[in-house]
Order: sequence, then C-alpha cells, then structure tokens
Amino acid sequence: MSQVRLLVGTKKGAFVLTADGKRKDWKVSGPHFAGWEMYHLKGSPVDPNRIYASQSSGWFGQVMQRSDDGGTTWAAVGNKFEYHGVPGTHQWYDGTAHPWEFKRVWHVEPSLTDADTVYAGVEDAALFKSTDAGATWAEVSGLRKHGTGPAWQPGAGGMCLHSIILDPVDPLRIYIAISAAGAFRTDDGGATWKPINKGLYSKYIPDPTAEVGHCVHHIAMHPERPGTLFMQKHWDVMRTDDAGDSWQKISGDLPTDFGFVIDVHAHEPETLYVVPIKSDSEHFPLDGKLQVFRSRAGGNEWEPLTKGLPQSNCYVNVLRDAMTVDRMDECGVYFGTTGGQVYCSPDGGDSWEAIVHDLPAVLSVEVQTIA
Amino acid sequence: MATIRVELPASLCLLASVPHEIAVEVAGAVTQRSVLDAVEAACPQLLGTIRDQTTKVRRPFIRFFACEEDLSHESPDEVLPEAVVSGRAAFLVIGAIAGG
Repeated sequence: MSQVRLLVGTKKGAFVLTADGKRKDWKVSGPHFAGWEMYHLKGSPVDPNRIYASQSSGWFGQVMQRSDDGGTTWAAVGNKFEYHGVPGTHQWYDGTAHPWEFKRVWHVEPSLTDADTVYAGVEDAALFKSTDAGATWAEVSGLRKHGTGPAWQPGAGGMCLHSIILDPVDPLRIYIAISAAGAFRTDDGGATWKPINKGLYSKYIPDPTAEVGHCVHHIAMHPERPGTLFMQKHWDVMRTDDAGDSWQKISGDLPTDFGFVIDVHAHEPETLYVVPIKSDSEHFPLDGKLQVFRSRAGGNEWEPLTKGLPQSNCYVNVLRDAMTVDRMDECGVYFGTTGGQVYCSPDGGDSWEAIVHDLPAVLSVEVQTIA
Repeated sequence: MATIRVELPASLCLLASVPHEIAVEVAGAVTQRSVLDAVEAACPQLLGTIRDQTTKVRRPFIRFFACEEDLSHESPDEVLPEAVVSGRAAFLVIGAIAGG
C-alpha cells in the first residue's frame, strides 16, 4: 500500500510525518535540527529516500543537510554559496545600490532525473546548482546577470528566490520567481533568462506594468501542462498558458486575492487551491476564519473549503512554501500555518483535519507519495 | 602541541554531534585563528557557522570569550591567554544574546 511522507520545515526544526494511504493515522518524527530555522525540505523524485534540507540561523548562517534514508538520519553537506565573479549591486529598500549578500537558502528543488542534482533558491536572489548531491554549489549566474539584476529590490521578507519549477518535458526549461523582482524563465538550461511578467499589474510600484519589480509570492504548475503556470502574487491570482509570455488575472470571486500559497490538484490540472489572506498589512484570514479556496475551472470561480478548519478566532498565516498535494488516487492536500498546525485533506479539499496542532511556526510543507 | 578546550553553543553541538566542551590539538601559536582552524578540522560540519568560509571573518552574532574577557574584537592572530594555552581555561564560542 502506498504511503505518504510529509516534510515539514518550521522556525525551530524539521518534522517528518508519515501515514499510510488512508492518511488518518500519522507518525510524527522530530524535531530534527532542533532550534534551527528549516526553510525547506524536499525529496528527490528519482530516489524518495534522498532528501535535501535547508537549515539556517541568524547566528550560525546556512547549513545544508542531506538524508539518504528518508529523513531518519542526516549529514551536513556543502554550505559554501559564493556568487559568481564580482557580485555587483541590487537596489536597497531606499533605492540606493546595495551589494549582493548571501543570507540563506529559501527553497531546494531536486532534479527530476538525477538524485545528485539539486537547485537552491537563495537570498539575496540567485539560483545555485549542485551536481554532487550537495557537496559543492555553483551559481547559475546567467539569471542574476541577464540585465535587470541591478534593478531588483527586496520585498518585506527579503530578496529571495523562492520558487523553482523544472519543466518535466523540456529539461532545458526552468521557471523561477523572486520577491520582489518577478518571474523568470530559461529555455537553455540556465545560460540565459528572460523576465516573464507581462500582464502583471502592481499598483504599488512606480510603473505598475514594469518588466521587473513585481512581488510574486509563489508559482505552481501541473506536470501534464508544463506551459500553464499559476501564480499567487502580492495581490492577484494569475495564470499563463504560454509559459509565462503573458498572464491573466483569475482572482474572480475570491474574497481577497492577497495570499502566499497556490497549488494544483495532482490529477486535475484545472483544479487550484489558494488560501486568501486579508491584506498585506494583516497577514491572517478574513474574519478569523481559515478557508482554503478551490477552483475547478482553472480560476475565476472559487469555492470556500471550511469543513474541519477553524471558523472563529483564527489569525494564522500560511506561508508561500507551506502547501502541497500528494499523488494518491484521491488527491491529498496539505498546508501548514504559522500557528504550528499542519492540516491534511485526504479528499481533495472537501474536508480537513489537523495532523499536528502545536509545532513551531510552519515555513514549508512538502509531501512524498511512496509506492 | 597544545590541547585547547573549546566550549561551543548548543546549536553547534547539535550540528556537529559533540558535547558542550571539546578538546582540539593546536600546533604553534595558540590564537583564535589556529584554534578555530583546529575546531573546523575536527568538526567540518561547523565550516561557515562560526566564521566566513572564505574570509575567515567572525560571523556578526558570534562572540569569543576566555578568562572572563571578551576577545571578539581582538586580532585573530593574537596569542590567547596563557590559561587557555595551558588548558586551565576554555576558549568560549558564544552566540550573542539577541532575540529568540
């Protein structure tokens, strides 16, 4: 029988949650790396026992961890992230030039074809790649140097490269997103990149339709539709059907289109999930009611999913990497909150149950479906 | 060869799977640099966590103490106090008190 393994990164350690295909009885392992901020953990699609993890601390900096046994044991691997050449500058919050400085790894993305190859999205925004299972890292420097880099500016959370999507059909195509620069695409394996922000409108920046400068919070793709992407922006939920060359707003009847997470049903490429958050100044659900919204139409028409979720006095946030879907026959949907709850819906969002209630603030949730 | 006692903060002990106090062997002058070189050689998991891997500059929220003195701003090549060199006192690596 298939199993699912949830990899949960929190402000104070990592947790591994496992269950069988029913997704009812969960075993919780952790905290791993107790006391450390675990921004992201993700398993290799090639070898599910190979898991990469980003471990960081304001005191002790960045450490990278790797497990070869499904998260039971871990070993520190390489943590030397050096920008290629002279780092140069980007814009600081006040518009002045600021040197590029490495701070931490926000997101790890293992290769779809090689368990030893993994990408890392970092702050200050850059893409790194390892081809030796994390022992050494080299910058994919074409992204940062493609021309607009000096104009990038950090969002409130820092200038982070937080989304990496590897095209399952075209191995040379990669999508990334940066707060607050926008989305970018390479079609040649990372040598050259182009901004893909046409159609985004951000009224809080000097030029609302600028080529770069948009605060993209997360992007998601269904593997069977690699040209279609869905985006949760600072405000607005967006989609593209031409690999990012143009975007259309699909917020539709959402009560608010501010939020962080967005994901796609495992078997239904037009079924989407978002968690609306009240506003950029009030990072919690509307009216204290935690609601996931689902669209079965690829956007615009949304339905609230509330069964099993708190509908009063709930003021948590759901951060950008904290939602995921499994690939069981009946798709499971998961998300974690800054209040330390991890919710599971084993029926595509119809009903929810908290797997755990009191973890540290959840930064990321990834799931592995293991045969 | 001097045997130097080094105390590490809890997070680094967890990372390197070592006790609160470790002992490292240092050849030649016993300085911050030579002691930390020995610590990193003994515990490569700690590379980059106490000082920058390339510049060897102390991370901003790390402090070095010995004999009740803050040595954080001393030259990394200054010889450490005799009590540390002789093993009577430990060289302390401390995470600065800042937030939670």
